[in-house]
Amino acid sequence: MSSAPGSYYLPNPSPWPLIAAVSVFTLVTGVALWINNVGAGFTIAMVGLAAVLFMMFGWWRAVINESVGGNYNSEVDLSFRMTMGWFIFSEVMFFCAFFGALFYARNLAVPWLEEEMLLWGSYTGGWPTAGPAGAAHIGADVHDVGRGQFGTIGAFGIPILNTILLMTSSITVTLAHHALRHGDRGKLVLWLAITVALGAAFMYYQVEEYIEAYSHLGLTLGTGIYGATFFMLTGFHGMHVTIGAIILFIIMLRCMRGHFKAEDHFAFEAAAWYWHFVDVVWVGLFIFVYIM
Amino acid sequence: MATDHTHGHDGHDDHHDHGPPPFFTRWFMSTNHKDIGTLYLLFSLAMLFVGGSMAMVIRAELFQPGLQFVDPHFFNQMTTMHALVMIFGAVMPGFVGFANWMLPLMVGAPDMALPRLNNMSFWVLFMAFVLLLSTLLVGAPAGGWTMYAPLSIQGGLGIDMMIFAVHMMGISSILGAINVIVTCLNMRAPGMTLMKMPMFVWTWLITSFLLIAVMPVLAGAVTMLLTDRNFGTAFFDPAGGGDPVMFQHIFWFFGHPEVYIMILPAFGIISHIIPTFARKPLFGYDSMVFATAGIAFLSFVVWAHHMFTVGMPLSGELFFMYSTMLIAIPTGVKIFNWVATMWRGSMTFETPMLFAVSVVVLFTIGGLSGLMLAIVPADFQYHDTYFVVAHFHYVLFSGAVMAMMGGAYFWLPKWTGHMYNERLGKVHFWLTAIFFNVTFFPQHFLGLAGMPRRIPDYSTQFTEFNQWSSLGAFGLGISQLLFVYIVFACIRGGKQATAEVWENPEGLEWTVPSPAPHHTFETPPRIS
Ligand SMILES: [Cu+2]
Repeated sequence: MSSAPGSYYLPNPSPWPLIAAVSVFTLVTGVALWINNVGAGFTIAMVGLAAVLFMMFGWWRAVINESVGGNYNSEVDLSFRMTMGWFIFSEVMFFCAFFGALFYARNLAVPWLEEEMLLWGSYTGGWPTAGPAGAAHIGADVHDVGRGQFGTIGAFGIPILNTILLMTSSITVTLAHHALRHGDRGKLVLWLAITVALGAAFMYYQVEEYIEAYSHLGLTLGTGIYGATFFMLTGFHGMHVTIGAIILFIIMLRCMRGHFKAEDHFAFEAAAWYWHFVDVVWVGLFIFVYIM
Repeated sequence: MATDHTHGHDGHDDHHDHGPPPFFTRWFMSTNHKDIGTLYLLFSLAMLFVGGSMAMVIRAELFQPGLQFVDPHFFNQMTTMHALVMIFGAVMPGFVGFANWMLPLMVGAPDMALPRLNNMSFWVLFMAFVLLLSTLLVGAPAGGWTMYAPLSIQGGLGIDMMIFAVHMMGISSILGAINVIVTCLNMRAPGMTLMKMPMFVWTWLITSFLLIAVMPVLAGAVTMLLTDRNFGTAFFDPAGGGDPVMFQHIFWFFGHPEVYIMILPAFGIISHIIPTFARKPLFGYDSMVFATAGIAFLSFVVWAHHMFTVGMPLSGELFFMYSTMLIAIPTGVKIFNWVATMWRGSMTFETPMLFAVSVVVLFTIGGLSGLMLAIVPADFQYHDTYFVVAHFHYVLFSGAVMAMMGGAYFWLPKWTGHMYNERLGKVHFWLTAIFFNVTFFPQHFLGLAGMPRRIPDYSTQFTEFNQWSSLGAFGLGISQLLFVYIVFACIRGGKQATAEVWENPEGLEWTVPSPAPHHTFETPPRIS
C-alpha cells in the first residue's frame, strides 16, 4: 500500500510468508520421514532447507530495501525493537525448558532414583551420572576411559577459554556500536570483524570439545541424562552462536555498504542484542553445566 | 471514550481508493489484518468441524458398553487428535482471528504492527495442520494430546510428524503473540492510555505474554521427546537417570498457562457484550485488568495440579493445591464484575447476550468443578475420570467456544455489513446451550462414579448417562450446522447494518462504517 510519507509503513501483499510456511513444512516433513527411514526423506528435507534459506534471503532483502529506501519511520522502528525484544524473551524461555530439565534431573530425579531401591538397588546417584543402567562417571578430562565408563569436560580447559572469547566478543560488539554512533566506519567494521572472528573461534573450540568428548571421553548424546542435558544445552547454544555470528557477518557487510546512520541502525542493534543474549546464556551454561 | 471526529477516520478514507486486491493476492499474500482475521476465523470454524467429527466417533463408540464401531487403538487416536485439533486448531486460531479483526479497530491502528509476520503466522499454522492431519494416513498419535512419555517415545512416524506440527504451531503462536503485543503497546491511537484500552485488548495483551512465555517451553518439551525417540537421549528414561515425570512437569508448565490462553480472550469478548446489552459501562474496569494479570501470574505456579497422582512430595501437593485455589479469587472478581454490570441494567437478550450470559453461568460451573479437582485428596478420586472431561468442556466449550460464538454474532454485522438472522441465532443458542448440557452434565456423575476417560468400553452401570451424553453430543454437533448457515447467510446478505449496529455500544470499532472498509484508521483517531 502506498502509505503517506511519514506514516506507519504498511507493506504491500507479499509472497514471502506463504513461501516461508510451505518451506518450513517441506523441511520438517522431510526430516520426519528421514529419521524414520522413509523414502526420499533426506532429499525432501534438503529441498525444504534450500527453500527456507531462499525465503530468508528474499524476505530480508525486501526488508533491507524498504529500510534503505527510508520507508520506516520512528514508530516502525519502535515496533521492530519491541519485536526483537520479545523474540529474545521467547528464546530465553526455550533455554529455560532445558535448564529446567537439568535442574529437575540433577536435584530431584537422580536423588529419587538413588533412594528408590526397587529397581536399581546398587545405584549410587551423584552428578555427573548416566543413570543406573548407563556408563559410570570416572572424572573430568581423564583419558583412559574404558568400556562402560565416561569422563566429562573440565570447566577450566576449553570452557573457560570459550567464556573469555564470548565475553570479549560482547565487549567488541559494543565497541563497534560506539564506532557506529560516532560515524567511524573503519573502526566499526574492524570491531565487527573481530567479533565475528571471536564467535568463529568459540565455535572452533566447541567442535574441538565435542570431538574430544566423543572420541576420548566416551561422552555422547546417549550418555544418560548427563550426556542429554550437556549436548542439548551446549548444542542449542552453539547453534545460536552460529546464527548470531552469521547475522553479525551480514551486518558487517551492510556496514561496509553504508546502510546504517549514526542515529538510525536498528538492524545492527538487534544483532548486538542477540549476541549479548547468546553470551548471557553461555554464562549460565558455564556455571550450571561446566562448573557445578 | 469518545472520538473527536474532526481528526477521525471519516474525513480521510475517501482520499485514496484502495479496495481489496485480486483473489490470490488477497487471500494468499495478504498483509491486511481483516483478511488475515477472516482466514483465521474460517480456519477455526473448519477445525471445529474436523475436531467435532472426531468427537462424534468417540460418542458413537461410547453410546453403549462393549466395542461397536472402532477398535481401541483408533479410539485413542480420535481422543488424541480431537484434543489437538480443538485446542490448537479451533480455539486458539479462533481467538487470533478475533484479535486480528478487532485489535486494530479497537486501538485505532491502521493494521497490525507487523502485517507480513501476521500472514506468516496464519500459513505456518495452516501447514502445521496439513502435517498433523496427515498423521491419520500413517498412524496418528494415540497417546493423548499431552504426549506423555514413555508412551510417546514408542509409536512411529506419526509421533514425529506430530512433534514437528507442534513446533510449527509454536512458531505460529509466538510470532502471532509478538505481533499482538507490539500492536497493543505501539499502535494505540493518541490519547488511548493503557488503562483506557478495551478489555478485549487487555486480555489479548496478557494472553500474548503467556504465549511467548510458554510456547517455547512446549517446543523444548517436544524437542526432548524427539531426541529421546530418535537420537538416544535419556531425558525421560530412568535407566539413563532421566524421569518420565519430568516430561509432565515441563509439559504442564506450558499446559496450565495454555488453558488461560484459551479463556482470557473469551473473558475479553464477554466484557464487551455484557455492557452493550446491559446498557451500562463495564463494572470495575480496573479490577478486571488487575484480575486478568493476577490470573496470568498465578497460572505459572499451579501446573502440577494436573499431576497430583503421579507421586510428588507432600509439600509439592500442598503448594500446588493452595496456589490453584488462589486462582478462584481473581476469577471470582471477574464473575462478580459481570454480574454487577448486569445488575439493574436495562437488559435485552439478543443472541450475543444470550451466549455471554450463558458463558458466565456455565463457565462458573466449570470453575467450581475445577476447584473440586484442585483438592488433592478429592483429585485422587477424580483424576483421569469423566469428571475431568466434564470440567474442561465446561470451561473450554461453554467458556471459550460459546464466547467466540457470542463474539461472532456481536461483530458479524461489523464484519459483513449485514445483520444476521436474529431468530435463527436464538434457535442456535438454545440448541447449543441445551445439547451442551445434555452432553456434558451427565459426565460429572459418570466421573464421580469412577468411569475412566480415554477408554472405548465401560462397565454396564454407566450406560444410561453415556447414552444421554452421546445423544446430546450428536445434537450439539448437528446444531452447529445451523451456525454455519447463519454465518454464511449473513456474509451473503441481510438487513443493512448501521455503523453502531447495537444501541450506543462503546468502542472505536463502532465509529467505522459496517462493513468495516478494507483499510481503517489510516489517520489515527484521537481519544479524549
Ligand atoms: Cu491447570
